[in-house]
Amino acid sequence: MRFLIDTWLVFSRAMRLSLRNPVWVILGLIQPILYLTLFGPLLEPIASAPGFPPGDAWLVFVPGLLVQLGMFGAAFVGFGLIAEWRAGVVERMRVTPASRGALLIGRVLRDVVVLVVQGAILIGAAQLFGLEAPLGSLLTGLAIVALLGAAFSALSYGAALKLKSEDAFAPLLNGLIVPVLLLSGILLPMTLAPRWLRTLADFNPLTHVVDGVRAVFRGEMAGGESLIGIAVTVALVALGLVYGARVFRRESA
Amino acid sequence: MIESRGLRRVYKTRKEEVEAVRGVDFTVATGEIVGFLGPNGAGKTTTLRMLTTLLEPTGGEATVAGSDLRLDPVGVRRRIGYVAQGGSTDPEARAGEEIVDHARMYGIAVPAARRNGEALFAQLDLEGLWARQCKTLSGGQRRRLDIAMGLVHEPRLVFLDEPSTGLDPQSRANLWEHIRRLRDELDTTVFLTTHYMDEADLLCDRILVIDDGSIVARGTPEELKRNVAGDSVVLTFEHPESTGAVAMMASRLEGVSPPVVDGSEVRFQVPDGASALPVLLRALVERDLDATGVRVQRPTLDDVFLTMTGRSLRDEPDVSGSTNRAA
Repeated sequence: MRFLIDTWLVFSRAMRLSLRNPVWVILGLIQPILYLTLFGPLLEPIASAPGFPPGDAWLVFVPGLLVQLGMFGAAFVGFGLIAEWRAGVVERMRVTPASRGALLIGRVLRDVVVLVVQGAILIGAAQLFGLEAPLGSLLTGLAIVALLGAAFSALSYGAALKLKSEDAFAPLLNGLIVPVLLLSGILLPMTLAPRWLRTLADFNPLTHVVDGVRAVFRGEMAGGESLIGIAVTVALVALGLVYGARVFRRESA
Repeated sequence: MIESRGLRRVYKTRKEEVEAVRGVDFTVATGEIVGFLGPNGAGKTTTLRMLTTLLEPTGGEATVAGSDLRLDPVGVRRRIGYVAQGGSTDPEARAGEEIVDHARMYGIAVPAARRNGEALFAQLDLEGLWARQCKTLSGGQRRRLDIAMGLVHEPRLVFLDEPSTGLDPQSRANLWEHIRRLRDELDTTVFLTTHYMDEADLLCDRILVIDDGSIVARGTPEELKRNVAGDSVVLTFEHPESTGAVAMMASRLEGVSPPVVDGSEVRFQVPDGASALPVLLRALVERDLDATGVRVQRPTLDDVFLTMTGRSLRDEPDVSGSTNRAA
């Protein structure tokens, strides 16, 4: 009970601050919309190429964008935490009896809510472009994005609080995100890739998440790819929360 | 209220281990204002962060506000207030929201949180700033807001880390006034760190002088000054030729340091200048040696620090603005 109250307190404070300055929320949304309008049309002619996965261009592309939103949108939240830490907010909260987990999860939930709203707007925009998928698939896709966001947000907070410096955090993000992005088939499906690249991509958990969301969008909700994607996402959430909570609990953080 | 037994802390860097706090023992009684005086890097903040559960001690133990630091850190957190030196509020947040949210983390309901917060705003000259964003407050206002945040749950024991750093003299005096009132009216125990001698001297009931991770002296400001350094006395004469005889006579005073003659001045130190001077002056008059000027200087805590460590507190460059939180 105490934990829930503390989580709610941290969440509502973080949400209030986000809403007061919604520029970042809006900027975060512009990026996927740009991909949708400026990159999506390029895919339409390729959709008939050999090796392109089943479904039309939008059924392949929009799941990728959703996963990208979940990952990118959440991976950068650590910067905000470094600023909070520098202002003394994190330490001030850590001397209260509030649960350490709540300090993390309240913030993660704020990020998840922001991502779900962004994801819903993205799906709405994609439908205008020609995305056709059943409602259940869209909602499931959104739920996966929410979970993915929770995982990356928690990982980001953990790493940020550990490093406590934008100068160290930024290269870490760049160093991790670009390879993860390239090896996930988010932009172009990995079925187009040569064998070695595809093997390499199989080691990237994000590949399975993207494949899973694509399968969900095709309506194969209970198929192998969907279930693997969901399982990988849940595993990432567990990993993120365990890591993030550990850093928040550590005394020197 | 606080009992520290052998509390120590070692930082491990890549190459070496640094012992920031080398086993400190002390007690603080209820209703005392106790100051930790020392230069930057002496281990004040590290000790404070251990006592406030932010940092796990490498060794030793402590009871804080009735709870064991290691066994019941949440119990400690419930009963203490902590005002860090680097601020505590989000620049974008509104002052009133921050203090209410902070109180709620102690389980205080919104109406009571608001009431406590508004009362503190009134006491700390923050009236009318409730709805202001923290980034629009002046440095002094933000500092007072930090202190209000640390007091909003009415803790029995308050830790203040360099409370008056960055405040103008007027605000400092007000802050001291408020800290004294906390003690006098609410019987709150106050434990603070400072590298300002006047703050330690004028505000604290008792002082622990810390240097290089160890407590090198402790006592009331008066005791410390009396035990360590005497009063300096300077006598001035019209004719330099009188000084030799004066120095000779002064050197017979009890506990005196060897007198120094400098032109028409004679300087020396005695444990208690106020009682030694009349005797000396009467003897001088009997020999027609009339002093034209007499100056007695009480020792400062800087003299204490100098005597204990061989270094002056004043030599320390003020780097509090860039203090490393981890240290």
